[in-house]
Amino acid sequence: MEELYGKIAHCVEFGKINLASPYPPDMKGQEGADELTKKAIDEGFPPEEVLKKGLVVGMEKIGVKFRENKVFVPQVLMSAKAMSTAMEHLRPFFESGAVKRKGIFVIGTVAGDLHDIGKNLVSMMVKGSGFEVVDLGTDVNGQQFIEAIKQHPGCYVGLSALLTTTMVNMEKIVAEIKAAVPDTKILIGGAPVSEEFKEKIHADFYSRDPQGAVDFLNRSVA
Amino acid sequence: MKKITDLIKSGKTLVSDGAWGTFLQAKGLEPGECPELWNITRADDVLDIARRYIDAGADMIETNSFGGSVFKLKNYGLQDRVFEINKAAAAISRQAAGPDKFVLGSIGPTGKILMMGEVTVEALYDGFKEQAMALEAGGADAIMIETMTDLEEAILAIKAAKEHTRCEVFCTMTFDKTLTNEFRSMMGVSPTDMVMQIVDAGADLIGANCGNGTRDMVGIVKEIRQANGDIPVLIHSNAGMPLYKDGKTVFPESPEEMAQFTHELVEAGANIIGGCCGTTPAHIARIVEIVKK
Repeated sequence: MEELYGKIAHCVEFGKINLASPYPPDMKGQEGADELTKKAIDEGFPPEEVLKKGLVVGMEKIGVKFRENKVFVPQVLMSAKAMSTAMEHLRPFFESGAVKRKGIFVIGTVAGDLHDIGKNLVSMMVKGSGFEVVDLGTDVNGQQFIEAIKQHPGCYVGLSALLTTTMVNMEKIVAEIKAAVPDTKILIGGAPVSEEFKEKIHADFYSRDPQGAVDFLNRSVA
Repeated sequence: MKKITDLIKSGKTLVSDGAWGTFLQAKGLEPGECPELWNITRADDVLDIARRYIDAGADMIETNSFGGSVFKLKNYGLQDRVFEINKAAAAISRQAAGPDKFVLGSIGPTGKILMMGEVTVEALYDGFKEQAMALEAGGADAIMIETMTDLEEAILAIKAAKEHTRCEVFCTMTFDKTLTNEFRSMMGVSPTDMVMQIVDAGADLIGANCGNGTRDMVGIVKEIRQANGDIPVLIHSNAGMPLYKDGKTVFPESPEEMAQFTHELVEAGANIIGGCCGTTPAHIARIVEIVKK
C-alpha cells in the first residue's frame, strides 16, 4: 500500500500525468498518476488515504520546491495536471461524501485585472491539498465575492492582483467583504502585493508563494 | 533610414522611452479599460505621451500596443480590430517620432500558456504575425517583443515578426532574482538560456525589462554579456518595486536614483537604456543627460 502511495506522490511531484505523457523524460513509458490512482482505487485502497498519502504529499513537495525557487511555473503546472487527472478517480467519493473536503476556498482576480496565471497556480495548489475551490475567474468585484461567500458559508477567500493599479482595488474589496460578512478570512497574493500592504488593507494573510496559502489554510482548519 | 542596430555597432549608446501604462493611468485610464483602444478613442492623449518622451530626448519611442494581440483584445470584445488598433498605435508614435527618431512597435505576452494546451503554436504564431504586420503598416521601424517569460512564446513572436515584416526585431524578457541570487523568468528561463535561444531565433537585439529595479539589471546585463559579447542589449527597468502609499501605488526610484545606475549599465555592456513601469519623461531626460555627456 505505502509503496503505491509513494509512487503516486512521486508522479504528482514530478508531473507524470499518465502512461502516454512524454514528460518528464526520465519517466517515459512508465505509468503515471492517472493509472496508479485508478489501480489503488480498483484494489480497494481507502480513497481518503489515496488522497492524503499520495496526491496531497506530491503537491506539497512541488509547492515547497516552488517556494524555494528549485522549480518554476511549468513544473508546477505539470504537477497540477497530474493531480487533477488523478483526482477524477476520486470524484465519486467526494460526491457521495465518503471523502470529505477540508474546507471551501473562494478565489478570484480582483476587479479591473484580467491576469490569471498566479490565481490559477494558487487555485490548483489549494485544490491539491484537499480543499474544494470555487474559482470566480478574473475581474471579480466585491459584490461577486460576497455572493459566493454567502453561498459557501465559512469559506476562505483569496484575492489575486498582478498590476500595481489593480492591487488598489483589493483594499476596497476587502472592506466590502468584511462589512458584509465580518468573520471572513481573506488571503491576498500577487506580484506587487506585500505583507505591509496586507496590514494596511486589513486582509488576514499574505504569502509570496502558493504553498504559503496552502499552509495557512491547513493551519486554519486543523 | 538607418537601422538602430547599425547605430549601436558604430559605438553609440541610445536612450529609449519610459513607461506607458502608468502614464496612461495618470491621464485617466481606468482599471478594466482597454489601454490600446485609446489609440482610437483618445489618440491625442496617446500622442502626447509619445511626444513627452521624444521631448525628453529619447532616440526612440515605443507604441501603445503592449496588449494589442488578438488574445488580449478578445478580453474586451475587440478581437476583430487587431490590425486597426495596432496600426493606429504605430502611426501615433510615428507622428511623434518624425523622420529622425525610431518607433518600436510593442508586443507583449499573450497570457496563454502553450504547455498547458491553452493555445496552439499555430494560433500564437498567427496572432503575433497579425500584430507585427499592423505595427509595420503604421510605421514601426522595429518590433519590440517584451516582458516575455516563456522561451517558446518569445521565439514564435520573433519568427512571426522576422518572417512577415522588414522591421528589426528586438526581444526582452522579465527576470526576478531567486533566493539563491540567480536571475530567472517566471517560467524558469535564465538570461543565459535566453541569449542562446533568442539570438538563434533571429532577434537583432535582446535585453530585459520590468523586474525589481535598476540595480538588478546590472547583474542581468553582465550575465548576458558573458554568454554573448556582440548582440546589442536593451534595458527597460522599472523605477523600483512599487510601494503602496495613501491608496495609491508609487514607484520609489527617483530620476536621480535610477540614473546613477546608467554608467554601470553601459559599462556592463548595455547599448540602449530606457524605462518600464513608473518611469517618467523626467527619468528619461536624466538618463539622456548622462548618456550624451
